[in-house]
Amino acid sequence: MTELTNQTIAQALEGLKKKEFSATELTQAHIKVMEDTRHLNAYITETPDLALEAAKESDKRIAAGKMGALEGIPIGMKDLFCTKGVRTTAASKILGNFVPQYESTVSGKMLAEGAVFLGKTNLDEFAMGSSNTTSAFGNVISPWKRNDGSNVDLVPGGSSGGSSSAVAARSCMAATGTDTGGSIRQPAAFCGIAGIKPTYGRCSRWGVIAFASSLDQPGIFARNTEDCAIVLKSMAGHDPKDSTSANRPVPDFAAALTGNVKGLKVGIPKEYNVEGIPAEISDIWQKGIDWLKAGGAEIVDISLPHTKYALPTYYIIAPAECSSNLARYDGVRYGMRVEGENLNDMYGRTRAEGFGSEVTRRILIGTYVLSAGFYDAYYIKAQKLRRLIHEDFVNAYKQCDVILTPTAPSAAFAVGENDDDPLKMYMNDVFTIPASLAGLPGMSVPAGLDSKGLPLGLQILGRPWDEETVFRVSDFIEKAAAFTAVPQMVIKKAA
Amino acid sequence: MSIDKETVRKVAGLARLKLNEEELERFTPQVAGIMKWVEMLGEVNTDKVAPLANVVNSELKLRPDGITDGGYQKEILANAPESMEGFFVVPKVVE
Repeated sequence: MTELTNQTIAQALEGLKKKEFSATELTQAHIKVMEDTRHLNAYITETPDLALEAAKESDKRIAAGKMGALEGIPIGMKDLFCTKGVRTTAASKILGNFVPQYESTVSGKMLAEGAVFLGKTNLDEFAMGSSNTTSAFGNVISPWKRNDGSNVDLVPGGSSGGSSSAVAARSCMAATGTDTGGSIRQPAAFCGIAGIKPTYGRCSRWGVIAFASSLDQPGIFARNTEDCAIVLKSMAGHDPKDSTSANRPVPDFAAALTGNVKGLKVGIPKEYNVEGIPAEISDIWQKGIDWLKAGGAEIVDISLPHTKYALPTYYIIAPAECSSNLARYDGVRYGMRVEGENLNDMYGRTRAEGFGSEVTRRILIGTYVLSAGFYDAYYIKAQKLRRLIHEDFVNAYKQCDVILTPTAPSAAFAVGENDDDPLKMYMNDVFTIPASLAGLPGMSVPAGLDSKGLPLGLQILGRPWDEETVFRVSDFIEKAAAFTAVPQMVIKKAA
Repeated sequence: MSIDKETVRKVAGLARLKLNEEELERFTPQVAGIMKWVEMLGEVNTDKVAPLANVVNSELKLRPDGITDGGYQKEILANAPESMEGFFVVPKVVE
């Protein structure tokens, strides 16, 4: 039998069904790893007691032959999803004591399928960041180390860094994420695992603490494509409580993994060959192209002419929506309050003390671009660019079925490395943000290691609502790459 | 247009963020740098382009304006920093 914490979800469901082990044993094994890997700071709140209770219920259902689609599977829940009775912080001091009185639609759907939640995973404050170094609950550390013996702590990516770190460290089998500009795909690439952001509207945002509502989309991390497909099916679907949630059937994503890419048209956007792209990133991209070609796919050169404007467009739209969404944190209805001389003073003190630097910076920018006299010049201008970026993809998909790019412009960097310069940090999302602005599904799968032994990811983008082709191509690349590397600490533990 | 400390002070006021002088000094060059960077969007002629607010190309649905849920006073107040007799308590607003 495979070690309990080192199997895929597909294998675990099979093992549970055949009663090779119980949901309680599976949960206990993951709780043990969660405790042993606390130095990664992947979880803000651990809920082992609730997890064991849920596992017990799962065992009863398994005994009764009534298994849900995620029955007994230990899952990490990004601490941006409201969970009834379990503290939900958004990694912010301002929500440090917030206990939701309701369950988010996505987490509720997963619970209904028998999922076991191990705890709430760490993230960048309000999901704003690319390295998980803006959390009020401390940095998350990647389980990966460079092979040069330096032992320097590396970032897990962000904003869903606790989720990616936990899945890579084997302290859960899958973890939810949210992706606004790359917050699932980039951390998946940094941690050598798979992660998908579905089409905007595929999963309900109800009960997910809002950052930029026209961009935010829940998704999932797991250790391979098939597991992501299995879990996403349980998360997706129409929700009348989210007006942007799509009323369309949810396909059986896992059935799309045929291993066949023959005749598929794969677009390679020339604009993603950005100046200064490291050779190792270009090389892995070329490998991806070669694998697909060998599998019978047709490689098509495409152009997404407005690519270079995506990042500045995003850094107007996302802060604008953030400043509006975060106006609700005023010390009145929930969260922290700092007393002041009068109402306005209380608002000002509460918010200045409650928000960290990155969030404050984005609120300032967002308030500025929405303020009288600048609204047209910045916000409307950015929305116009957003249309052009969207149209670029519409035109590209007349020539191809999917688009292949690197996920991030580098492998994981050291904690603190890009902290001094917000613009440098923003560059991390240069390949993920355009698809976010267009609302497209995107997935990152591990494709190889760089010279320092760190994982590199490839990004597969699809047409709206065509996660199935994204999954099919991701699965093909994953198998072609035969990526089996795991963090040193996981190997040591197993030995 | 370059952003100075007084502009950031004004914006912080609009956003109800009571920043001190040290914070204003620190944020001003960062905000100014980002706003200068986004000016590159000016290169693109967008005179004939309509703004795109939402990628969901469907009309937002209307529902009947009826009461379907409610009665959660206790839950709604559960996280309040201060509440009394079923209300949120705030500093005195009207003199």
